[in-house]
Amino acid sequence: MLELVVVSTLNGVLFGMLLFLMASGLTLIFSMMGVLNFAHASFYMLGAFFGFQVSRRFGFWPGLVIAPFLVGVVGALVERYGLRNVHRHGHVAELLFTFGLAFVIEEVVQMIWGKAPVDYRVPPALDFSAFTIFSTNYPAYKMFMLLFAVAIFVVLLLVLTRTRVGLIIQAALTHPNMVGMLGHNVPRVFMLVFGVGSALAGVAGVIAGPALVTQSNMAALLGPILFVVVVVGGLGSLSGAFVASLLIGLVQTFAVAVNVSFADLLTALNIPVPTTFLTDIWRVTVAQVAPIIPYLLLVLILIFRPTGLLGTRDT
Amino acid sequence: MSELAQTATLTPARGRLRSAAALYGLWIATAVLFIVLPQIFTSGTALTTMSLMGIAIIFALSYNMLLGQTGMLSFGHAVYYGLGGFLAVHAMNTVLRDGLPIPLPLIPLVGGFAGLLFGVIFGSVSTRRAGTAFAMISLGLGELVASSALILRNFFGGEEGITTNRTKLFRIFDLSFGPQYQVYYLIAAWCLICMIAMYALTRTPFGRMCNAVRENPERVHFVGYNPQVVRFIAFCLAGFFAGIAGGLAAINFEIVNSAYVGAGQSGLVLLAAFIGGVGFFIGPVLGAILVTYLQIMLSDVTEVWQLYFGFLFVGMVMFAPFGIAGLLMMHEPLWRTGTLARVLPAYALALVTGLVALTGVILFIEMIFHFTVKAPDGPMMSFLRIRFSVATVLPWVVAALLVGVGGWLFRRVWPIATGAFHEALAHARERRQPA
Repeated sequence: MLELVVVSTLNGVLFGMLLFLMASGLTLIFSMMGVLNFAHASFYMLGAFFGFQVSRRFGFWPGLVIAPFLVGVVGALVERYGLRNVHRHGHVAELLFTFGLAFVIEEVVQMIWGKAPVDYRVPPALDFSAFTIFSTNYPAYKMFMLLFAVAIFVVLLLVLTRTRVGLIIQAALTHPNMVGMLGHNVPRVFMLVFGVGSALAGVAGVIAGPALVTQSNMAALLGPILFVVVVVGGLGSLSGAFVASLLIGLVQTFAVAVNVSFADLLTALNIPVPTTFLTDIWRVTVAQVAPIIPYLLLVLILIFRPTGLLGTRDT
Repeated sequence: MSELAQTATLTPARGRLRSAAALYGLWIATAVLFIVLPQIFTSGTALTTMSLMGIAIIFALSYNMLLGQTGMLSFGHAVYYGLGGFLAVHAMNTVLRDGLPIPLPLIPLVGGFAGLLFGVIFGSVSTRRAGTAFAMISLGLGELVASSALILRNFFGGEEGITTNRTKLFRIFDLSFGPQYQVYYLIAAWCLICMIAMYALTRTPFGRMCNAVRENPERVHFVGYNPQVVRFIAFCLAGFFAGIAGGLAAINFEIVNSAYVGAGQSGLVLLAAFIGGVGFFIGPVLGAILVTYLQIMLSDVTEVWQLYFGFLFVGMVMFAPFGIAGLLMMHEPLWRTGTLARVLPAYALALVTGLVALTGVILFIEMIFHFTVKAPDGPMMSFLRIRFSVATVLPWVVAALLVGVGGWLFRRVWPIATGAFHEALAHARERRQPA
C-alpha cells in the first residue's frame, strides 16, 4: 500500500510537471492574446517527432536543444503569418484557426512519420534504474524528466519575475497599449511569447517522447487534458496552472491505481447491487473512470467557480 | 438554392408577396429535386452518397443554429447526434422485441427527443456561459460522453457498437425499407421537413432574438430578454435536430458505435458548417454536401485526403471567413445587374494560375507521402496518370517550378481579379440607383 502511494505520487508529480510545461505556455499565450491555442498540444507532438528525427542522426542530447528551437520557430511563424491575420476576424475565427491548425499538424505528422508509433528510445546514458523503492525499480529517465521539468519551471519563474524581458511581458499582458506607447514593439513581444510557449511544449514533447509513446495521436490524447488544466487553474493564471497541473497529474495516476467499484462498496455494506439497464454504472471501477475524471472536474469547476481555482478573470 | 438566403435579406415592405411566392416556389423546387435526384443518379454509390448528404445537411444545419444563428461555438455537438442514434437503435430493438405498432419513419423522432432531452440536461449546465467558456464546456462534455461510451458497455455496446435490423419493423404501405432507395426517400423527406422547420425558426421572433444574442447580449438584456434563456432554447432545439440526424444515421447504417459521439464527428460538423458559411442559412447545406462528397470521393483518390481537408478549412478561416455561401453572396449584386460577365476573364486568369500552383503543392504532398510512409512500395508512383520515380530529381524540380511560377503568376494576377470585382461592384451599385 505504501509502495503504491509513493510510486503513484512520484508518477503523478512527474505527469503534473509535464502538463505544466505545456500549460504555462498555453496560459501565457491566452493572457496575451485572449485566444486558447488548440494547436498547443500539436506543438508538443511536433517536439517529440523532431526530437526523434534529430536523435536518429545526432543522438538524444542535441535533439533536446534543436527540436524545441525548431518548434519555437514554427510557433513564431504561425503567430506572425497565421494568427495575426486572422485576428481581425475576431476570437471565434482565431479559435477555429488553431483548431484547423491542430488538424493539419496531425495530418502532416501522419504523412511524414505514418500512423504507427516511432521507435524513440531513452538515451543509453539514462537507461538504468535510479533507485528501488520496496520492490519497484524506478527508472533514471523518469527522474531526469522530473528534474528537467522542475529546472525549466524555476528558470521560467526567474525570467518572468526578475528580468527586464519578463517585466515587459508581464506589463504587456495587462497594459498592451501602455507598453506600446513606451516604445516596445508589442506585436513582436506577442510573437516571442508564442514562439517560446511553443518551444516549451516542444521541450515537453522531446522529454516525454521516449517515456510515453511517440505517435501521431499523442496530441489528440493530451490536448483536451491540457485545456482542463488551464481552465481549472484559472485562465491566465500561471500559479493556477501549476496547481491544476499537479492536481490533474496526481488524480489521474492515483485513480488508475484504485480498483474499486460502487458494487464492491455496496457488497461490503451488505446492500444488494441493483441490476437495471444501466447496471454498468455500478460495476465500473475507479480505474476505469480515470479518463473521464478530468472532464468531470472541468465541468464542475466551470459551473461552480468559473474563474478557476486561482484565476481572477471571468472567462 | 442560393436565392434562399437572398430572399431573407430582401426588405419586407417592398416585396413581401414576391418573396413569399419565391420562398414557397423554392421549397417546392427543392422537394421536386429530392424526388428526381435518384432518377438522374441511379448508381448504388450515388444513392448512398445522397443519403449521407441528407443526414449531413440536417446535422450541419442544427449545428449552425448554435454557431451561425446564436454565436455559440460548440466542440461537442456530436453528443446529441450520437445519443440520438443510440436511443433510436435501442428503440428499434425494443420495437422489434415487443412487436410494437410503431413504423420505421417515426423512429428519427425518438432520436430527436433523445437529443432534446440531453440538450436540456447538458444545456442547462453549459449555456449559462457564452464565448470561450461555452466552447470549453462543450469540449469537456463531449469528451465526457465519448469516454463514457467506452465504459458503459451495456448501453453503448463498447467498441463494436449496437446493431439493429430496419426491415423487420411494423410496416405501413407495405414499405420494407430494405432497398436503399426507400431509405433515401425517408431521409429526403425528413431532410426537407427539418430544413423547412429550421428555416421557419430563423424567421420567428425567437430566431431574431438568437441573432441579437449573437451580436450583442448586453443590449438583449436591456430590451428585456434573458440571453441565457435564449441560448438555452436554441441549444435544446439544436440538440433536437441533431438527434433526428443521428436517428436517420442509425436507420441508414443499422449500426451505431462510440465513434458517433466522438470528437471526430464534432469536428467534422464544425468543418462542414464553417466551410459552407455560417452567416447564411444555405451555407451549412452547401458545406454538408461538399464535405460528404469529398469524404467519399477524395478518400478514393488519395490517402492523405484529410490533410487537403484541413488545408481547405484553414484557408477558409484565413481568407474567406464567410465560407462558400459568403463568396457566392458577394457576387449577388453583380449577378442581379448582369455585370458578372465582366469579372469572368480576370477570374479565369486567376483560376488557371492558381490551379498551376495548386497542382505543384499537391504534387509535393503526394511525393512526400510516397517518399516517407509508402517507401516500402518502391519509388514508382503515378500522378495525373503520369508514372515517375520519386527517387529522381526531375519530379521535385517540376513540382518546385509549378509552385514557384504558378504562385508568382497568381500573385500578379490576383490584384487584377480583385480590381475587376470592385470595378464591377461599383458599376452594379451605380446601375441600381439610377437617379
